Amino acid sequence: MAGASAKQVLFEPIFSNNPIALQILGICSALAVTSSLSVTIVMCISVTAVTAFSSMAVSLIRAQIPGSIRIIVQMTIIASLVIVVDQLLKAFAYEISKQLSVFVGLIITNCIVMGRAEGFAMQNGPWLSFLDGVGNGLGYSVLLLFVGFWRELFGSGSLFGFTILTPVNEGGWYVTNGLLLLPPSAFFIIGLTIWALRTWKPDQVEEADYKLSRHKVKEAF
Amino acid sequence: MAKGKETVSRTVIVALVLSVFFSVIVSTAAVLLKPMQVKNQNLNIKTNILAAADMLPSGASAQQIEDLFSRFEVKLVKLDTGEYVQPDYVGVQDPMKYDMYKAASNPKLSKDIPQDQDMAGIGRRPDVAKVYVLRDDSGALKKVVLPIHGYGLWSTLYGFVSLKGDANTIEGLGFYQQGETPGLGGEVDNPRWKAQWQGKVVYGNDMTQPEIRLVKGGVSENTKNKEHKVDALSGATLTSRGVQNLVNYWLGERGFAEYLKHLRNGEV
Repeated sequence: MAGASAKQVLFEPIFSNNPIALQILGICSALAVTSSLSVTIVMCISVTAVTAFSSMAVSLIRAQIPGSIRIIVQMTIIASLVIVVDQLLKAFAYEISKQLSVFVGLIITNCIVMGRAEGFAMQNGPWLSFLDGVGNGLGYSVLLLFVGFWRELFGSGSLFGFTILTPVNEGGWYVTNGLLLLPPSAFFIIGLTIWALRTWKPDQVEEADYKLSRHKVKEAF
Repeated sequence: MAKGKETVSRTVIVALVLSVFFSVIVSTAAVLLKPMQVKNQNLNIKTNILAAADMLPSGASAQQIEDLFSRFEVKLVKLDTGEYVQPDYVGVQDPMKYDMYKAASNPKLSKDIPQDQDMAGIGRRPDVAKVYVLRDDSGALKKVVLPIHGYGLWSTLYGFVSLKGDANTIEGLGFYQQGETPGLGGEVDNPRWKAQWQGKVVYGNDMTQPEIRLVKGGVSENTKNKEHKVDALSGATLTSRGVQNLVNYWLGERGFAEYLKHLRNGEV
């Protein structure tokens, strides 16, 4: 990706090179935090901040990092940033940090963050790496918010906690879809999204690893 | 440069500098933000207590919550005798600082619950519990808020139950921490479900064994003993059973029954 422009690194990951839909990274947290949108959005901001700043930090010292310990150096940077984010959330957004619980800590293991540090920041300058981090964070956010939208709307009949479809439990008419509140439902939504995205941008379709050969009828003789 | 950075000494130096640098950043963040975090945690507990006591105005500010909460007396109760103990009994100055859930893992401050008595599935019970008492100006009991916890289907539910001045009628019940199935067992948080606890009577004539029952099929005007009955959560038999068990345990003789007797008789 040498010589990529700032605009490219910032916007490409949103649809053309989406970390979840094309690179299939960061699925774990996409399942875990998308049952309500307000939680999702905080997770998106956290991941974007961590990806951006860790990519920038890795890029700043990329000339100094010995190849033999580069992964653990990246991990140290990412882990420290994640702890700082976690502490900030506990201090300023306590309610949401309670709901996110372990998943903030698990940003450390989010493949997107490491993937960008190793795949982009090690070869590019700090500013571009920062933008690349923001771009990938945005790509992650777009998909998460999309998943979260359907899950919250049809799972609990609300958006950002505001009731849209009054559920039966609160005296309304809407029978909530319990499956959508459980993590596996995100698999379906992500799968359908990838399908839609690849129909729109057919160049994202991967080549099949193998082809079934035609069935040949062999006649006995 | 390319060669120079691959040496052993260089590797050690980079690792060392990096670790020191980031440990300083992380510790600074942790130390600086600690007071705010502690404040948030305390405020959260106070909010939950007020919510259980049905005293939380919607959208209350932090200051309002502090003011309302300051009307409560925080007391430590020795569960076996049902009498108050001084904070230094559990080694703290301020009763608010005592954490009964931490004490449950301290062998000096807690006991194992024998398997056959451990209906709430909590393993160990602290000897001393923290309760919140609200009295009116004349000193008569208005409300008492008791901590309760026990195992549901997936998680331990932590909450509070608040009783009215007769120490027998429920004012409110709520859980502030639970991980039950969203939409089914998770409905323990539903305000509609919680509302039906209000006005239920805990004890019958013997005043020791709670008579509260979570029943299937709803509770109507004609239900027998309806003052003891609460509609169970639909689709969440095991969570309902967990709630039933933890109410039985904590309001029973191994929980707060003894203390509530003293409270009713005005002995504490």
